[in-house]
Amino acid sequence: METIKLVYPVEGGDLIEAGEASSKMKLTLKKLGLPQEVIRRASICMYEGEINMVIHADGGQAEVEVDMDHILIRMRDTGPGIPNVDQAMQEGWSTAGATARELGFGAGMGLPNMKRYSDEMSIDTQVGQGTTVTIIIRVPQA
Amino acid sequence: MTLSDIRQALDATVLWGGDRLEREVHTACGSDFMSDVLAYVKEPALLLTGLVNPQVVRTADMVEMPCIIFIRGKSPSADMIRLAEERDIVVMSSPKGMYEACGLLYSKGLRGKCDGDD
Repeated sequence: METIKLVYPVEGGDLIEAGEASSKMKLTLKKLGLPQEVIRRASICMYEGEINMVIHADGGQAEVEVDMDHILIRMRDTGPGIPNVDQAMQEGWSTAGATARELGFGAGMGLPNMKRYSDEMSIDTQVGQGTTVTIIIRVPQA
Repeated sequence: MTLSDIRQALDATVLWGGDRLEREVHTACGSDFMSDVLAYVKEPALLLTGLVNPQVVRTADMVEMPCIIFIRGKSPSADMIRLAEERDIVVMSSPKGMYEACGLLYSKGLRGKCDGDD
């Protein structure tokens, strides 16, 4: 299987509509016949990343690479960056506003959830320039 | 339990998916916090929630939940129901509150099985 590369723009501003990119990726992964648990983990990671992008960075872009043995999701934004990554990784720490909380998010679970469901995760961030979160989910080999 | 049993137990109205009530669910989750649902639900479970916005449907979709029940008689918008229909998620509304709805289903044998549940 050749590496399949997918790119999804994430629109900023409208948190109510956030999640479209994750839904599209999920459908594509289903069509590719990946295991259900892998699809579930990838979808949750991408969805949390997408919500984060809309809340904090006015959108961005998600790049997905699907390979035989792994899925890589790179979520790139040009938002304000994360001043303290260790703090952002703590469950319960959040700078999100009331709108995010009203929609059931903004409780400081986004990045921890992405870590919980991925096999590898890295955060490249610069204050004032943006953040790229890269996660890898391994596909169990039969 | 089938969704039909659950509908009956909670005196719920089916808003979409009336022809899918033979579906079986073995676990349930009651939450208004979508990040908690994403974090702790480990298998396709029933979602009970008092939160009414499209992210509830999207969250249920991400964790492959077969049915959402809005408690305390809350009703989703037509757009939300359409979103659920596109994702094949049954939607109901129950007049029961969260505490009572969860208690009723638990007493009939429907367990949590999320992280932290017995």
